[in-house]
Amino acid sequence: MGARIIETAAGPYTRVPVSVVVTDIIESSLRNARTEMDAVIFRTAMSPGIREQHDAFPIIANAAGLMVVGQFGSFIHGFLAAYDGTVEDGDVFLTNDPYSCNGAISHLNDWLVLMPIFHEGRLAAWSAMFAHMTDTGGRVPGSLPTDAQQIFEEGIQIPIVKIMRGNELVDDVLKICLRNTRVPEWNRADLMAQIAAVKLAERRIHELSRRFGPDLLYSAMEILLERNLNAFRKVIREVVPETPVSFEDHIDDDGMGNGPFKIACTMWREGDRAIFDFAGTDPQSSSSVNFYLQPEQFKMIFGAYTSKLFDPDIVFNDGYYELLDVRIPEGCLLRPRRPAALSCRTHLLCRMFDLVSGLLGQGKPEAMCGAGWSASPHLMYSGFDGKGDWFQLYQIGFGGLPARPVGDGVDGHSLWPSFMNIPTEYLEAYFPLVIRHTRVIADSGGPGLHRGGNGISIAYEFRQAGDISIHDDRWITHPWGVNGGKAAGRSRRRLDRAAGTSELVPSKCDRVHVEPGDILYFDTWGGGGWGDPVQRPAELVSADAKVGLITREGALRYGVVLGESLEPDLAATAALRRELVANAGPPSSFDFGGDIEDLLTRCEAETGLPAPRRPPTPGRMSHAPVT
Amino acid sequence: MADPAPIQAVPTSYILGVDIGGTFTDLLLVREADGAIFTAKVPSTPADPSVAVLTGIDRITEHHGIPRERIRTVMHGTTVATNAVLTRSGVRVGLLTTKGFRDVLHIGRSFVPGNLGAWVTWQRPSPLVPLSSVVEVNERILADGTVDRPLDEAALRLDIHRLGDERIEALTISFLNAYVDGRHERLAREIAHEELPGIQVSISSEVAPEMYEYERTVTTVVNSYVGPIVKSYVDNLQSLLSRQIPSVNLRILRSDGGLASGEAAAAAPVNHLMSGPAGGVTGAIWVAKQTGFPDFLTFDMGGTSTDVALVQGYEARTRRETAVHEVIVRAPSLDVKSVGAGGGSIAFVPALTEALRVGPRSAGAVPGPAAYCKGGTEPTVTDANIVLGYLPADVRLGGELEVDVALAEQALEKIAGPLGLTVREAAEGVIDIVNENMFGALRLVSVEQGYDPRDFALMAFGGAGPLHANALGALLQSWPVVIPPGPGVLCAYGDATTRLRNESSRSFVRRFGDTTAAEIRAVLAPLAADAAAGLEEGAAATVSYQADVRYCGQGLVMPIDLSTADLQGDIPALLRERFDRTHEQLFVFALDSEAELVNVRATAEAGGLDLASRPLPAGDGSPAAAELDRRRIFHHGTEHEATLYDRARLRAGDRVEGPAIITEMDTTSLILPGHHGLVERHGSILIYPNDMPAEA
Repeated sequence: MGARIIETAAGPYTRVPVSVVVTDIIESSLRNARTEMDAVIFRTAMSPGIREQHDAFPIIANAAGLMVVGQFGSFIHGFLAAYDGTVEDGDVFLTNDPYSCNGAISHLNDWLVLMPIFHEGRLAAWSAMFAHMTDTGGRVPGSLPTDAQQIFEEGIQIPIVKIMRGNELVDDVLKICLRNTRVPEWNRADLMAQIAAVKLAERRIHELSRRFGPDLLYSAMEILLERNLNAFRKVIREVVPETPVSFEDHIDDDGMGNGPFKIACTMWREGDRAIFDFAGTDPQSSSSVNFYLQPEQFKMIFGAYTSKLFDPDIVFNDGYYELLDVRIPEGCLLRPRRPAALSCRTHLLCRMFDLVSGLLGQGKPEAMCGAGWSASPHLMYSGFDGKGDWFQLYQIGFGGLPARPVGDGVDGHSLWPSFMNIPTEYLEAYFPLVIRHTRVIADSGGPGLHRGGNGISIAYEFRQAGDISIHDDRWITHPWGVNGGKAAGRSRRRLDRAAGTSELVPSKCDRVHVEPGDILYFDTWGGGGWGDPVQRPAELVSADAKVGLITREGALRYGVVLGESLEPDLAATAALRRELVANAGPPSSFDFGGDIEDLLTRCEAETGLPAPRRPPTPGRMSHAPVT
Repeated sequence: MADPAPIQAVPTSYILGVDIGGTFTDLLLVREADGAIFTAKVPSTPADPSVAVLTGIDRITEHHGIPRERIRTVMHGTTVATNAVLTRSGVRVGLLTTKGFRDVLHIGRSFVPGNLGAWVTWQRPSPLVPLSSVVEVNERILADGTVDRPLDEAALRLDIHRLGDERIEALTISFLNAYVDGRHERLAREIAHEELPGIQVSISSEVAPEMYEYERTVTTVVNSYVGPIVKSYVDNLQSLLSRQIPSVNLRILRSDGGLASGEAAAAAPVNHLMSGPAGGVTGAIWVAKQTGFPDFLTFDMGGTSTDVALVQGYEARTRRETAVHEVIVRAPSLDVKSVGAGGGSIAFVPALTEALRVGPRSAGAVPGPAAYCKGGTEPTVTDANIVLGYLPADVRLGGELEVDVALAEQALEKIAGPLGLTVREAAEGVIDIVNENMFGALRLVSVEQGYDPRDFALMAFGGAGPLHANALGALLQSWPVVIPPGPGVLCAYGDATTRLRNESSRSFVRRFGDTTAAEIRAVLAPLAADAAAGLEEGAAATVSYQADVRYCGQGLVMPIDLSTADLQGDIPALLRERFDRTHEQLFVFALDSEAELVNVRATAEAGGLDLASRPLPAGDGSPAAAELDRRRIFHHGTEHEATLYDRARLRAGDRVEGPAIITEMDTTSLILPGHHGLVERHGSILIYPNDMPAEA
């Protein structure tokens, strides 16, 4: 078992000396190549999720499969270990099956295109790009069925196959893939765009090999990886304490009435190595919220965060991976056994970022940000339009950015890199929709010396009968505040029927039927606050109130009393602030808006929706892995 | 280049090109009869740029004994609009939006630049209109043009006064779907004129009638933001000029390289944001026509940034957006890429990674490079050039600057130490890295667009371009490297030699299967008439057309050109064929999916100048008469002896062997070892590698 790489020229690359300047030149060439890959896919893809929102990510890796430029880390060694066959010049691989590539991608919607780059007969590098397809078949439009119990319900599973062989498209494979999706035109164009992007990287690697020579290119990539290794050795010593620290957070439910689900992690350092142990994480779910987390992906998340916090200039790659030891218990939410369903993993994926932030923050509180990775809330809307043509929308929403050491969280922006919202005019031109408003939600950001960003409310008026699906979270738990900052507002969804009734829509649901004239109000969460809100200058609170980013009542949570014209009433403010300080409890690093039992008890009263049941006992899902 | 003597006997008219830079204002006077050229360089006057223009006119006319009233037209590339955006010094703008969408600028596209985690440190630039100056209007037009809610006039009349209280100086009206139907915007404008008299109003359906509410709103807001500034600047300049030269016409260069009347510029200033760089490209095209290189890359390197563009068949590529720093608007501009790399770029070594980085931080004019004795202490690209001997310290730059080599060496020590290099090695590293950054920009406009740079010449200008051009030519394998005459005033050449242009466009979303040649012709006809009407009366116009095309559902729009002749053919088939071909060239694949039209436009251009050219006197092939001195330079780790020449004394046909340094008033050109320069008959220097047969 394992990939067999067919090289037509013999001999490994030789490590040769490379000057700093040439290394930097190669680094910027590789970085440019990666930017070009982005440009190609965003311009030529068709599904709004990729072309407008940019849900696609490239990497370029060295011959050993370590990512030299890109983000979301390398998954090539997972592929190499899992693939049983030859790897030849002119091959392009395709897979979407997390279980057959050791979690290189984490649900079936993500189609991964992977290409070995040979130069003069020898393997020189790899390029890859994964992209979220709007639909990959399965039981519901959008292929993210909330109630799936097995991956078989979530769409076509494409094991690692060659989609190109000898630089020729393998048409039969493509036909099978496209036959199994509801939007074959989009998938075809998106896949072609991915292939164009990885092929572009091949051209760039060839140019670099010719310009500098293959040994020098190889050596420079090694140096780039070593730079990260050396830099992270310092970073880890600074941020990971030898004494273990723990953090836990939750996703609220699985959409089937079960929840909340806990993920827990303990971190400590032994010499140069940092250990992350996920013992204490809940067992895998019986539905689709599981997140098949590859340890390498976690290493990437850790690296992305620490590098931003401690040295934004560092150039980021896989070089430091050997310094991290990630332990994930088999059969838990983060390492479920096949055939567990995986489609709705977005909630746990997002929560992982909050978890890392909370974990690292304990070693260096002043560098910590509030929480804000609720989920990447999805809205799906599909049906047949007036002409009888199928339409299918997949849209990702955004909330407020968490408050940060450098200042307020930004209102209504994306935590995901490169993501953008879909313009209202685009939605209205291509889908039977009228958007009644897109506005930030006052008071939804967590109060703090630095205010958390506000979430967004979008009002969708449906003009054709159809079905909607929703995937969202943080409707029970709050995005937490830090260092005295307060927890932020939660997400909520309301459907006002044309017939005059109104209903609350749960955070995860499928096939909710809508009729023309029904309006969905989709409100996202805010970002957690940072620092004590009573220390926020009253004039900033007043300025936010004047432009509707907070309300008069919201200002009171900062201890600021606003007068008639929303100017601060200085005397009343001073008095209120004294009172708040006097009544404050003991200082705490985190404000969760209440502990989990409290939140569940208050759930129905506060959200209008019943609290979920505690997940069933682990015994039920423990079976031998099915391969 | 020596100024030619005036011909007193011939009564002739003149065209004046004026380029206002950060430090100097360049003027170039062209005698229409014979193409004779007169130049002047005066210090810029940032407080009121027109002062320098008038000073320059005085100097150039007095010095050459030219009667002022002979100046028929003043053509001008201006950075007034650019600077207002860059320095955030535009006017207070109010914004009317559709009810429910007041946050259109506040939320934008929800985009955070950078990699995963970049949001942690990102500082968001504040929108050009604060939320306090946004008013929602109760109105709604749908995507198919139907009026869903009529505009509530009474409420608008009340609400708009809040903007008066905010003391706005200009107003933008941008309603949802106004790209389909602008009637509500026009109605709101009427009301605004009545309720807030004297306030300039820009409406999105006129400024940028294209889909995507955020982009259209930003574009219209920028139009408002710089509008009053551009208008008062143009009005002021026009009236000052008219006082001295009663019949003079003022023309302003557009970002897309065309010219507009002063009036048109004041009405749509968003079209002039990149007026400055466009001047350089059009000037380069003019030089290229003389020297006979139709395909070339431009390389305009200044103190803080470098602008590059691709020109094919004497036509620069244009694109549908203009970027000024982080402000990106939907207005046509020449496809000029800018990188933060220039003579003033600062080199540093980050502690954690121990790499060598250059820029984008710049020492600017103040404190400037360390060697310039104005208090700069950080090592810049200019310091590296001085240490390596490329910029001779004893040759006065622009006649003014004092240069101290020791200060440059001290500054470079700062990076040489941590890198374990000698000062000269570090200086070469700085040059190599900055060249690589600029090489990256040149690749963006060539390789990444499917062009092979080996098929192009490289035209270098700007203060520092001729110093780095030979090295860039070698990286790109673009030969020859062309150093035009007067590389420091090339923008003014561009200003003086371009044509009036006007454009009219509209959104026209149609699948190819749902439209016909007749329908497209019917849509284009009024656009052509509209575009031509925007030119001066009497100007004979040529009209060209363009359609933005994409595969149905795709995100890009690709502009495809149509000539007047094409209109008689099967337009959909022509467009489809050209689109597939271009798509394949750019992205390696074409699809058999259905394609659609998105926008269509017509561009009218007035007849251009056909300036006579004046060749340089021929020499005997040897540049010996221009030789000034010899210099030690350091290149590729070894010392070489370079010859120093005075450009003004070079003659046509001279062959200059590298290594050589050629100086002129404000620019220094470097010819590297293993290369030579040929002085072409119009004065350009063409640099070739010695191991390549010259094609002069």
